[in-house]
Amino acid sequence: MSELSPFLIYFLASLLVLASPAMIRNALLLATPVLAALHLFFNIEPGMTASYTVLEFEMVYLRADKLSLLFAYLFTLASFISTVFALHVKDVRQQVAGLIYAGSALGAVFAGDFLTLFIFWELLAISSVFLIWARDTERALNAGMRYLVFQVLSGVLLLAGALLHYQETGSLMFDHVGLNGLAGWLVFIAFGIKSAFPFLHSWLTDGYPEATPTGTVYLSAFTTKVAVYSLARGFAGEEILVYIGVTMACFPIFYAVIENDLRKVLAYSLINQVGFMVTGIGIGTALSLNGAVAHAFSDVIFKGLLFMSMGAVLFRVGHVNGSDLGGLYKTMPKTTGLCIVGAMSISAFPLFSGFVSKSMVMSAMLMENYDYLWLFMLFASAGVFHHAGIKIPYFAFFAHDSGLRPQEAPLNMLVAMALAAFVCLFIGSQPQYLYALLPWEVDYWPYDLTHVLTQTQLLFFSALAFVWLNKQGLYPPELHSTNLDAEWVYRKFLPAGVQRGLAFAHNAKKSTVAATVVHMNSIRRSLSESSIAKYNLSESWPTGSMVLWISFTLVAYLLLDIFIYK
Amino acid sequence: MMQGHTSLLLVVLPLIFAPITAVLPRGRLTWLATMAVTSICAVLAGMQLMMVIDGGVISYELGGWAPPWGIEYRIDSLNAFMALIVAIIAAVTLPYALLSVEKEIPERQVPLFYSAFLLCFTGLLGITQTGDIFNLFVFLEISSLSSYALISLGRRRQALTSAYQYLIMGTIGATFFLIGVGLIYSETGTLNMMDLAARLPGVADLRTTQTGFAFIMIGFALKLALFPLHLWLPNAYAYAPSVITVFLAATATKVALYVMLRVLYTIFPEGVVAATPTGDLFILSGMFGIISASVYAVYQANVKRLLAYSSVAQIGYMALGIGLGSATSVMASIVHLFNHALMKGALFMAVGALIYRIGSSRVENIRGLGRQMPWTFGAIIIGGLSLIGVPGTAGFISKWYLVLAALEQQIWLVVAVILAGSLIAVVYVGKVIEALYYKPPVEDNISVKEAPMLLLLPTWALVLANVYFGLDTGLSVGMAEHAVETLGIIAK
Repeated sequence: MSELSPFLIYFLASLLVLASPAMIRNALLLATPVLAALHLFFNIEPGMTASYTVLEFEMVYLRADKLSLLFAYLFTLASFISTVFALHVKDVRQQVAGLIYAGSALGAVFAGDFLTLFIFWELLAISSVFLIWARDTERALNAGMRYLVFQVLSGVLLLAGALLHYQETGSLMFDHVGLNGLAGWLVFIAFGIKSAFPFLHSWLTDGYPEATPTGTVYLSAFTTKVAVYSLARGFAGEEILVYIGVTMACFPIFYAVIENDLRKVLAYSLINQVGFMVTGIGIGTALSLNGAVAHAFSDVIFKGLLFMSMGAVLFRVGHVNGSDLGGLYKTMPKTTGLCIVGAMSISAFPLFSGFVSKSMVMSAMLMENYDYLWLFMLFASAGVFHHAGIKIPYFAFFAHDSGLRPQEAPLNMLVAMALAAFVCLFIGSQPQYLYALLPWEVDYWPYDLTHVLTQTQLLFFSALAFVWLNKQGLYPPELHSTNLDAEWVYRKFLPAGVQRGLAFAHNAKKSTVAATVVHMNSIRRSLSESSIAKYNLSESWPTGSMVLWISFTLVAYLLLDIFIYK
Repeated sequence: MMQGHTSLLLVVLPLIFAPITAVLPRGRLTWLATMAVTSICAVLAGMQLMMVIDGGVISYELGGWAPPWGIEYRIDSLNAFMALIVAIIAAVTLPYALLSVEKEIPERQVPLFYSAFLLCFTGLLGITQTGDIFNLFVFLEISSLSSYALISLGRRRQALTSAYQYLIMGTIGATFFLIGVGLIYSETGTLNMMDLAARLPGVADLRTTQTGFAFIMIGFALKLALFPLHLWLPNAYAYAPSVITVFLAATATKVALYVMLRVLYTIFPEGVVAATPTGDLFILSGMFGIISASVYAVYQANVKRLLAYSSVAQIGYMALGIGLGSATSVMASIVHLFNHALMKGALFMAVGALIYRIGSSRVENIRGLGRQMPWTFGAIIIGGLSLIGVPGTAGFISKWYLVLAALEQQIWLVVAVILAGSLIAVVYVGKVIEALYYKPPVEDNISVKEAPMLLLLPTWALVLANVYFGLDTGLSVGMAEHAVETLGIIAK
């Protein structure tokens, strides 16, 4: 019983939810994370493993160590908060998808071998897309499809990499992989897609803003964090991750500042925060790795809080375009306050959760002599404050009065946000409890003079910059616009390219066929024009081309047999 | 001797009942008779498989004439498994047939329909049972001629043209096969497979033998619908009556694949795959077939045609397995043969249920039906997942072994193509699911209800089989391993 992997609780619950009447569904939804948490606390200890043999492979569905347990705690907490936030939703589809999604995330962090990991990897993809589709708009449908293609591609790469790894090493166990050989790279790119590496990130900024108000809260918690966990386990200390991480932390800033859809701003800011984690993993010291996972922990909570506050606005107003919001604090004061707590956490104000985790990564960078990159990260930190810390609350709740007077968010949303805000403050002020859970042994304390002073300086100067730019009218205004990102490549460039290519091929075929026809005619008048031009592999009434193909194949076969294979 | 009778009965029983059903009075009696015959055959095929596993190869001399002069039925684990697949699929299809046939076939043709069905069934079983290559041709013609008739019974006028086209093509294929058999007979003087196997090594280098081999291969490549000789298949599957699409998709091409294996590994000497262009051509056409047929599938407006193109792609996977020519790859091929019968059977049945309700399987007509027909929709989802190869479904198992086989030989391109094929499958399965669930229903279909139980039960039997064989591979992989051993393929 104690070797039960917690994902099973979620999967069983999802079946029960399907079968149960609306009355008890909410109770079930709330009980699931609580049960899972109890199970995690009392039954599962570091060092436990359990497996199941299928197809001559050992599927290790439970491997508990401090790293996986930390993420498991995080995911249960996040799923509880998201569930409370979504308690008013009556859509069974979303409830079931949410449970399976959270359960798969738990399954993935406890997976001890690649096969099990792959199964949960795909389940994450399939269950999460329903949270996007559930919005029931044409846009969401298409965005979900694109999202799914990326996620499945990641799964396919993971499977290919895992198989190769098995060929090379004879083991499917998921431990440190490293970047040697094709296997390592395939797995690396699979993880990279899920953790939104630059150019592989567009599924995130494309898909998340299209999900339902409550769906995005779920989405922001699990997918990228499972990827961060996998990177920390498989690729800790790969230096390339430092550069990738720094890029991830920096480039979204520009997009986030000019973006109008505030949930898309948060999606960009999600990439930026994952950038800090990836950098931490890349540095690979005990401190930086601890920093990466600790930051994952606090990010899930404060990014969840921000997505929740924007979800509440979306729920009440119907859109989250920065240009058309403003002045909401008058009627949604509690949401405003809670959003500001999230904003301060993500900006890493001292006493808020972002500070205690992000500073670990930053300190580790300096210790390992990444001085220049450290400056970039400093820029990224200032940027976070701009786009997430100030922009989100400012444009949504203050700025010019839009005249909108929506109601305060429903009670369950407020409770969920308050819960998250409490966790943010608690971690920020009492970091020793989070530090005790961290997987590696490190003696670190964030509240010393240098840290607090540097961070406060940074924050105040960038606040000054925002105020000054805004006063001078230099700050990019909130506009209805479409910003081109990497997704342009596959949404516009490739289709256009393919169309042009097809047109070219079509023309080429036409002219070749025409030339052939002319040529043939000159030799043998009897050959009619149309019969050649019709030989095509997809046409509907193909007797002629079938006969052509069968004779062609036979001749080719015989010629090859006689001349090549002798 | 009892053993032999089982094997003989399997073929003779449906053959005798074919004319009987034709003269039975109209009504459900014909269906009942056919149902009884197929069920008995399924039980017999199961018994035969048990006997082969326990007691080894069964050899039965027809009319007491000793081979190689008389006709011999020779059953080893490969064809016992094949016979079981054919018989089980027929037995599962028949309950489904009752309502579907009443809806799609004019009443006066129903007895003839079942009669032709039994003939087709006889032919396919006969191909799996016989140990004589000319006898195999006879059974091939029995099954082909009856399937032309069955396809032409489809409701639309295109069914006639499709059947006619298939007739022309199938006849060319069969003729090629016969020419090949004739050439080989002229060199060896025998038609018994085991006897051929003994004599062919001596004449293998002759041009005549090689040409005969080529004719047999190409002839059966056409019956198998191996790309680019697949052109008859999409129309034939799309316009045939639903029941026939289910039955043919799940059995006919599979039996053709069985003949390929038999010719390559039993009749011709060891190493013929590598010594002739066969291996390379199969890999090549497998890869092209997977990619291009999958892409064609995406652009189909009719779900039946979409699934038909997907079948061509799946045949590509099986061809890859044969082309790679190792023990693992051939095993993967056999496992996929079995699994594909399950998934396409389930999917075509579910689509048949849609047709039963709305009379069409065009993507624009089935919009929104997923909400009104949740069980049919569920069957399409699970069948689709299996087609994609999601873990936990049968489709995953066979692709897994195929990828392993390709990795063994370090042919990366093949691995990439297999995985790319799965990705494209996501798109075309997604297209069907999107239409069924995410589009608003067509005005006329608002009052459409779930398909009747008699259609749903067989469909879900196959759907659950997809899940079951995704989790417990004892029968599918076990039998395939056994068969590979019997064929004597050594690991490369």
